[in-house]
Amino acid sequence: MSPDAKPILTVNGLVKRFGGFHALDGLSFHVSSGEILGLVGPNGSGKTTAINVISGLYAPDDGTLTYDGASIGGLASHKLVHRGINRTFQIPKPFLSLTVRQNVEVALAYGRVGVAPPKLSDLLEQYHLAEFADRPAADLNSSQQKMLDLVRALATRPRLLLLDELAAGLNPTELDWIAGHIKALAQSGLAIIVVEHLMGFIEQITDRVIVMNAGKEIFEGTLAVAVKVPQVIEVFLGGEHGA
Amino acid sequence: MPSFVRHLLLIVAPLIAAFAILPGVYDNHLLLFNFVIFLILAQGVNIIYGFTGYLPFGYVGFFGAGAYGFAIMVMHFQTPAPLAVLVAGVVGVLLGLLLTPLLRLSGAYFAIANLAAALAVLHFVANPALESITKGPYGVALNGTFNPTLAYVGAVIILALTLGIVVFLRNSSFGMALQAVREDAVSAAMAGVNVVKMRVIAWLASALVAGLAGGVFAWYVSVFYPDNVFSNDFSIFAIVFALFGGVATIMGPIVGVLILYGVYNLIGFTTPQYFQLIYGVLIMALVLFLPAGLVSLATRRGWNVP
Ligand SMILES: Nc1ncnc2c1ncn2[C@@H]1O[C@H](COP(=O)(O)OP(=O)(O)OP(=O)(O)O)[C@@H](O)[C@H]1O
Ligand SMILES: [Mg+2]
Repeated sequence: MSPDAKPILTVNGLVKRFGGFHALDGLSFHVSSGEILGLVGPNGSGKTTAINVISGLYAPDDGTLTYDGASIGGLASHKLVHRGINRTFQIPKPFLSLTVRQNVEVALAYGRVGVAPPKLSDLLEQYHLAEFADRPAADLNSSQQKMLDLVRALATRPRLLLLDELAAGLNPTELDWIAGHIKALAQSGLAIIVVEHLMGFIEQITDRVIVMNAGKEIFEGTLAVAVKVPQVIEVFLGGEHGA
Repeated sequence: MPSFVRHLLLIVAPLIAAFAILPGVYDNHLLLFNFVIFLILAQGVNIIYGFTGYLPFGYVGFFGAGAYGFAIMVMHFQTPAPLAVLVAGVVGVLLGLLLTPLLRLSGAYFAIANLAAALAVLHFVANPALESITKGPYGVALNGTFNPTLAYVGAVIILALTLGIVVFLRNSSFGMALQAVREDAVSAAMAGVNVVKMRVIAWLASALVAGLAGGVFAWYVSVFYPDNVFSNDFSIFAIVFALFGGVATIMGPIVGVLILYGVYNLIGFTTPQYFQLIYGVLIMALVLFLPAGLVSLATRRGWNVP
């Protein structure tokens, strides 16, 4: 279960509109340091939008975001990064023409101030990117680019990490491997939000899940309980993503 | 040896030395001066386009504004020429500040808006109603400061400064962060980079060198019309030279200017009748076969071009 510490992030009544469409429609949840929270829901339910708003890509249209006791709604991304929030992207977004090493160096140089940055060689080693260090990021395959997204995020020493479908496209061995890394990160004190369609993976690593539908949460608790809730089953029924 | 010292010693110093010595052995000083001006402008385009991805189709706006900044200081305030060149740089920066909203646009929209802005500045300066200040369309004649020898020295100093900026960008985490912004602004922000601030700094640095170049150009030629110093040939040439060599490097724009502007003058002297044709074909061949510039011949082989 979730550690009973005070949440590091509290999302309350979050609304994000695109034109007249409510991508987020009053989303509320919280996550604490050391906890891995799963964010699941059918395609288009607003998971990525939630991450985009929390990481400052979009300003919320309504609702509050409280991080570390302060309101952060609408702050620019780089400021949130300096406060310890970082993320990966569902479609990885490395700096394609820069080398893998340079990709990480930017984050090391411009990431959180006042904390010692991690060692670049260790990061590349841990996420199996060391052998590509001097190649342009464009040479990496999609899962390697996702790892580079993760390494870039970790280079800024985040305290809240948002992972958007990091595991999609990995084989079973790689899934176990990355699950181990995510758990270790949480054990070191990071709060982690994991968006994922692979229920087995969610089961394996999360302490708690939020099930989203149409921009708001419809369930909060463990995955084991979630799969027995009729409303949750209904939302996923006919959906292409099973366990 | 740190790489920036190596770049200063092996690229900047020899180039500056060459242009300092050449007037003593080569008589066509105007040609040498134009080489220096295009080296400055091509590197200025490199700063903004190579490192941030904004293609400044109206780059000449800063150059012309600088030239008129110089002229106004000399005509109305009897400012000594070197000081008036500095003012020209300030005018470039001020125009850059005025145009920062353009940075919200991207791709072709930015290029077109920048072109329109340069035309707007041209028509503002050339407005007959401003004759008492700018001499309007009738052009300026600055006899009092005419001194091509000193103006040439000034141009070489500005070139050194410009190359210094590019060497810094090429060797600093600041320059790397700019390139990260160029590649993906959202990801750059997630690396902790203040995207807007970085873009504005690069934009103003680029405006500064063009303004200075315009000032020193006005000093050198001392008689000019709005259409001369706002001629979009400056933008096009600077962009083509920079792209031909390869941007986001120190060497690329230098090689681009030396080769292309060299060939340009060679054809112009020897076979002027085929001039446009040969030049056009050359540029088309470049765009088709070497879109990333001459330096890509080396980078493709895995060599790191400074
Ligand atoms: N920038 C945008 N402009 C307009 N509509 C958007 C934008 N971003 C997301 N949407 C819409 O908001 C809804 C939620 O999208 P979102 O990407 O958050 O879903 P998701 O839960 O991440 O889905 P998936 O599982 O497919 O990744 C979708 O209908 C999407 O089309
Ligand atoms: Mg998504």
